[in-house]
Amino acid sequence: MTYIAKPKMHHPALQPNAVGFTRRDYEGRISTLCAGCGHDSISAAIIQACWEMNIEPHRVAKLSGIGCSSKTPDYFLGNSHGFNTVHGRMPSVLTGANLANRELLYLGVSGDGDSASIGLGQFAHAMRRGVNMVYVLENNGVYGLTKGQFSATADKGSASKRGVANSDSPVDTASLALLMGATFVGRSFSGDKGQLVPLIKAAIGHCGAAFIDVVSPCVAFNNHSGSTKSYDYVRAHNEAVNRLDVIEGRSEITTDYAAGTTVDLQQHDGTWLRLHKVDEAYDATNKIAAMNYIQEHQARGEVVTGLLYVDTNPEELHANLKTVATPFNQLGEAQLCPGAGALAKLNASLR
Amino acid sequence: MRATDIKSPDYFHKVVDCQWACPAHTPVPEYIRLISAGRFADAYMVNWDSNVFPGILGRTCDRPCEPACRRSRVEDHNAEKPEPVAICRLKRVAADHKGDVSARMPHAPTTRNGKRIACIGAGPASLTVARDLVPLGYEMVIFDGDPKAGGFMRTQVPRFRLPEAVIDEETGYILDLGVEFRGGERIDSLRELLAGGYDAIFVGSGAPRGRDLQVPGRQEAAANIHIGIDWLSSVSFGHIETIGKRVIVLGGGNTAMDCCRSSKRLGGDEVKVIVRSGFEEMKASPWEKEDAMHEGIPFLNYYVPLSFEHENGKLIGMRFDKVKAVYDERGRRSLVSSGEAPEFVPCDDVLIAIGQENSFPWIERGLGLEFDEWGLPVLDEKTLQSTIPNVFFGGDSAFGPKNIIWAVAHGHEAAISIDRFLSGVALSERPPAHVNLISQKMGIHEWSYDNDISRDLRHIVPWAAAEQALKSIRVEVELGFDAKAAFAEAQRCLNCDVQTVFAPPLCIECDACVDICPMDCITFTENGEEADLRTRLTAPAPRLDQDIYVADGLKTGRIMAKDEDVCLHCGLCAERCPTGAWDMQKFLLEMPQARDGCATRAPVRSAA
Repeated sequence: MTYIAKPKMHHPALQPNAVGFTRRDYEGRISTLCAGCGHDSISAAIIQACWEMNIEPHRVAKLSGIGCSSKTPDYFLGNSHGFNTVHGRMPSVLTGANLANRELLYLGVSGDGDSASIGLGQFAHAMRRGVNMVYVLENNGVYGLTKGQFSATADKGSASKRGVANSDSPVDTASLALLMGATFVGRSFSGDKGQLVPLIKAAIGHCGAAFIDVVSPCVAFNNHSGSTKSYDYVRAHNEAVNRLDVIEGRSEITTDYAAGTTVDLQQHDGTWLRLHKVDEAYDATNKIAAMNYIQEHQARGEVVTGLLYVDTNPEELHANLKTVATPFNQLGEAQLCPGAGALAKLNASLR
Repeated sequence: MRATDIKSPDYFHKVVDCQWACPAHTPVPEYIRLISAGRFADAYMVNWDSNVFPGILGRTCDRPCEPACRRSRVEDHNAEKPEPVAICRLKRVAADHKGDVSARMPHAPTTRNGKRIACIGAGPASLTVARDLVPLGYEMVIFDGDPKAGGFMRTQVPRFRLPEAVIDEETGYILDLGVEFRGGERIDSLRELLAGGYDAIFVGSGAPRGRDLQVPGRQEAAANIHIGIDWLSSVSFGHIETIGKRVIVLGGGNTAMDCCRSSKRLGGDEVKVIVRSGFEEMKASPWEKEDAMHEGIPFLNYYVPLSFEHENGKLIGMRFDKVKAVYDERGRRSLVSSGEAPEFVPCDDVLIAIGQENSFPWIERGLGLEFDEWGLPVLDEKTLQSTIPNVFFGGDSAFGPKNIIWAVAHGHEAAISIDRFLSGVALSERPPAHVNLISQKMGIHEWSYDNDISRDLRHIVPWAAAEQALKSIRVEVELGFDAKAAFAEAQRCLNCDVQTVFAPPLCIECDACVDICPMDCITFTENGEEADLRTRLTAPAPRLDQDIYVADGLKTGRIMAKDEDVCLHCGLCAERCPTGAWDMQKFLLEMPQARDGCATRAPVRSAA
């Protein structure tokens, strides 16, 4: 952490975006995490993505659980709504908030402990239901706040800082999200903003449950030679399947890549995702193939990154529940509580 | 780009824009920090060592440091007119608040080395030479036609800008070292002086001739037409105490500003500054123009003098042709008559302040001292040696009119040359600058400098009440910062001498520095040519005069590129660095002086 606040002075060339904010306006308070924490880079990537997407800060709700990762919403989007929930319960609170006001952008920020241990059930059900959200899992493989015990995402056989090998199998949250029905699944690395920022932007544009697993090295407890979540290990074993450009609006799509190496996918909100294939055989729209691919490479100790799967016609919670288009929090009492007569009519229809 | 060689003393020196711009390379941030700490005497001595006349310069310097100041490029909430740190006036603070520093002054050694050096003119250049050489054992004899030392600092700068007591004090520190000062002895012959048995001669006689304006009526109305610098000198010595009610000052330089403001105090009610060129092209420093305008003096631009008008042998006014600036396709300007009828401006006196020239009537031709086509002595630019090996030049007499701080810089160089010359060492080899780079880390979040930058706008120096200031030429207009305002102004300094030093082998490329940097200075990227690299940094780096700090040897094969241009030196990159790859290290440059370079001491270079 740092004692002085980040100076307000900024680069003379700093530009406002279409809604009048500079990138600095999307910052939060100064981070109290350890110097060099991967989580701070993820915060910076979220700031960059929101600025580029012209997001109005007051239309964003940040929700998190408990842990180093769950502290980070304090360090970005300082003018957005925030909710720091009970440990592992962020998905429930997010789902409830989303039901009450479907018009906000929901940003769920969690860690490997919060999502893969205490909150594993919550995580799975939020994906199942197709809650319209961006769920960012800041995955460092250890419990940093309690001095570096293995978390549930630590790879079997990887060593702790003191050299003890992990004997438990890891929870692979990307595979789990796919299995549970998430309609957008990506994985990235905090040290590669060139990959991470477009992934976050694409997830923001996705109308459904979007999940990004971000490997984020813990410099204090999990950045040593026996770790599989260190800067060096991830850089050496990073198997990117594609690179992503997010093209907003309906501007004409032109390509200067060789045919067959680029795929353009239009999301429901009109944004185009341009995938530059790194692995020629990889098809990000084929869920079963994606699951196989991830598992095969995982078995070889590789970290598969990129946009792993996207459903361009996702189903989401509100559509499934057939809720009205107007957010609940804007409806009046008469509409929300139509009275005993309406209840009697409903009951009668079910007899 | 090739990796930056941070061992080169110039690299980090350039980052300290103010120090780099200063001819004497005064360590500006170092003394500003001392002022913040209330260590005024220490701040004064840092200055005195480097620029010799802190009290005088703190009031009169042309301050090349201030336009260079990084603050004026990064002050965000003042985009209309970002202001540099008031470096010059902080120097005055050190002088005003220092107390008694006489005990800290050097002394002449008890036994002299038997070598005698004559200095011609007692201005800043000669006094600097004397200050540097007396402690080494030389006997210095300074001649000046005026009874008191100081040269143009005393004769030309009006008392309302520079009180006599300050000149007496600072020339006194040097004369008291044990210099033989021969005031009132004008040197009329270099031949005689050369025969006088001096081992070396330093010429610091300035550029003492004011340029005249020969248009019709000049002779007839001569009684009320004055050469600006001569008139200022007469005012300074009390020979002139009044001027007519209506005064025209011709010229747009700092001398013109001194002339018009002086006239205002000696009875000139209607004082006008009249200039051939446009306002922007006037050579006076912006702040001097502002000060004159503040005192209600109008500037008439694009007026070319046609004649002095007179009746019965008395000046009644001047006629001017009104012109406009026309630029040709190559951007060269010419002044073309507007075609309007000439304008008559009535006046009682005219002061001509249109430039100064060198003048060496006392140097006989045929002695072997060569002059160039402009009448300036032929000199070795670095050593300041003339074509007579034991005659050296400095200040305005060397390369034409400049300013006090340049004279001081010349004085230091000439002193080195004279010392080497008289020690029988080659002059072309100069003693190296001493460079020190020291980590400022005191603890996990503790630095030995205050890295929390003040967002204050530039503080205004208080002035004496206008009616009181204009009543007498001896009332100093500027009152100087008090200790509280000085502290607040000093806190605006960005500490550019505390350098961001990067150690690639320690870096794990976690991006923490990139994310925290408030100015988006830092980038990790693939290497490339400079022109290409400058466009693809985190923020574009268009100022080519500001370096990109490039470091290679990173694990991923990328480079670290830092744009020095807008760095706040806040140290957050170093605070957020988990491995200590970034460190904040204070760059301290000790410019060579005569004491470093003589034959008895081998040049030493400390770690850089």
